[in-house]
Amino acid sequence: MQSKRKIRVLIAKPGLDSHDRGAKVVARALRDAGMEVIYTGLRQTPEQIVETALQEDVDVIGLSILSGAHRALFPRIMELLKEKGLTEVMVFAGGIIPDEDVPEMKKLGIKEIFGPGTPTEKIIEFVLQNMPKKA
Amino acid sequence: MFEKEKVEEIKLERERWEKTTLPNWIRQCPECKSEFRNHSGILIKRVYTPEDIKELDYMRDLGFPSEYPFTRGLHATMYRGRLWTMRMFAGYGTAEDTNKRFKYLLSEGETGLSTAFDYPTIMGYDSDHPMARGEVGVCGVAISSLQDVEVLFNGIPLDKVTTSMTINGPAPILLSMYIAVGDKQGVPRGKLGGTTQNDNLKEFFAQKLCIFPPKPSVKLTTDVIEYCAKHLPKWNPVSISGYHIREAGATALQELAFTLYDGIAYVESTLERGLKVDDFAHRLSFFFASHNDFFEEIAKFRAARRLWARIMKERFHAKNPRSMWMRMHVQTSGCTLTAQQPLNNIVRTTIQALAAVLGGTQSLHTNSFDEALCLPTQEAVRVALRTQQIIAYESGVTNTVDPLGGSYYVEALTKEMEEKAMEYIQKIDDLGGAVAAIEKGFFQKEIADSAYRYQREVEEKKRILVGVNEFAIEEEECPIELLRIDPKVEKEQVARLQKLKRERDNRKVKEILEKLHYAAEKEENLMPTIIEAVKAYATLGEITDVLRKVYGEYKELIVI
Repeated sequence: MQSKRKIRVLIAKPGLDSHDRGAKVVARALRDAGMEVIYTGLRQTPEQIVETALQEDVDVIGLSILSGAHRALFPRIMELLKEKGLTEVMVFAGGIIPDEDVPEMKKLGIKEIFGPGTPTEKIIEFVLQNMPKKA
Repeated sequence: MFEKEKVEEIKLERERWEKTTLPNWIRQCPECKSEFRNHSGILIKRVYTPEDIKELDYMRDLGFPSEYPFTRGLHATMYRGRLWTMRMFAGYGTAEDTNKRFKYLLSEGETGLSTAFDYPTIMGYDSDHPMARGEVGVCGVAISSLQDVEVLFNGIPLDKVTTSMTINGPAPILLSMYIAVGDKQGVPRGKLGGTTQNDNLKEFFAQKLCIFPPKPSVKLTTDVIEYCAKHLPKWNPVSISGYHIREAGATALQELAFTLYDGIAYVESTLERGLKVDDFAHRLSFFFASHNDFFEEIAKFRAARRLWARIMKERFHAKNPRSMWMRMHVQTSGCTLTAQQPLNNIVRTTIQALAAVLGGTQSLHTNSFDEALCLPTQEAVRVALRTQQIIAYESGVTNTVDPLGGSYYVEALTKEMEEKAMEYIQKIDDLGGAVAAIEKGFFQKEIADSAYRYQREVEEKKRILVGVNEFAIEEEECPIELLRIDPKVEKEQVARLQKLKRERDNRKVKEILEKLHYAAEKEENLMPTIIEAVKAYATLGEITDVLRKVYGEYKELIVI
């Protein structure tokens, strides 16, 4: 018999910006929705984020960035995930990411980008619907 | 403020009104909510009367402007004599880019400079550090050495402007660079005017750009306060900041209480250096946010002034009235700006700016309407500055001092904010002070809870955000032009820095950095040595690295 495992989510703050209000609110909302949430804390390098994802065996990663450095950091994170064989992990992002950057970010494999003002319910629903199927 | 018999008469009339008149009205038009509360959770009454301020003693609690307890304002004539300083926070790209923006703002009627640094600078990393990747010049101007600061203020006489620098951990370094530029321009140090934010305590629970652990951080803040008290009489060594506390999710009340507590902590740490309170307290300055709840904000500013005056007088026995002054800078609230229908943000900013003016601020920054989307464009910055100018020159609110003084509602709210803030201050005293409260996660938890509650209220539509959870439009086109930072900024900045590192006298740099290491271990005031180091073109990153070695690095206490 297989007991149902909770969805494991890593909320990560890449880059140097310290705006963690959104990341923490989302972390808490996902936790209240019954998920297992790990929050990295601030200023994580792409290497640290991917290492934590591996160690914690997460299903989902939520990246939060408000500094504008997403164009430099997101490609690196997605590349490292591939290198470590974490291609099953679903990645979404939030913060201040201009609309015109969204297609490029999605091309990298980021499933969705949530802008300011997104209700947490929408994010919860999104995670539930887009959960990767574990083998 | 009123005769006892009068208040008694009003009370009877109110009771009659509530029994006879009010019920008919409520029957025909029920109130929209069962209770009305402001952001701080204070219950707001239907109507305020003299009953609500019957305890208020005019001379004890309000007094005249420029006199204790300064509730009505710091200056006798307030804006009739001089308007607040219009100080727009600016900085992006290279030092050349920001120098141009500074000159533009000065030409448009701005009266003081305010510098935004990029994240690497704020965290004490040079532009060529691996952690700086993708961040150079993006959220502020990139500064790695004195060379950059020379370019930043090129053609701007430092005896003619005052400059505010939003920098905390590396504040001693940036102030040293500013002093060095002043020396080069031949400006006497006594004439250098401006502010370093230098408020390291709030970093641990609000802005979270911490480099060193709490104790050495407070030590560095105190070094600057002590140095300025002795050598830079016109400099505000610290801007004790509630803004970031608020933006991180605190209520107005928490912002008020926690900020004042940080102020208490810095007064205590400076007294420990052997200075007398009246030697430095007059140069302490404050920085608050102005949010959407208009009267709550006005009451907060008035309560802050009164409470600080009382703390300085009663707790620290200050004698000089200037030591009891709370001079404040206010910024409209970034987190209230919406990415949806961004032009609406101009209206929000106007209301917030007006609250700051009616609250008696000395200095004001108004946010640009596009800031939920990107760094502000020049056009958006101009509208923000014009907003202040319209309030100043067209609205008439500057014609009298403290126009809302005596309002039953505003006075009752001011008093309630003051009392509730005092309860928090008592609680933090009991926890063992600011550093102990940080180490216990007290502030962090309080703020995280408020932020989460706010979000829940928005999602449950208990709190309406126009254009977000009500009056939204589908499929919005982004109507505004976005400011983007060219990635070549990073390349150019790194090249300039590496050239400097090759060409300066590296033996001299090494010697001075060793001297700094020694001074840090001996717990000396580091300002004189840091000034020497920046003048030899030791970089921000090199100086910070020496201090990292001696003090260690802060490990974040994670509180969700």
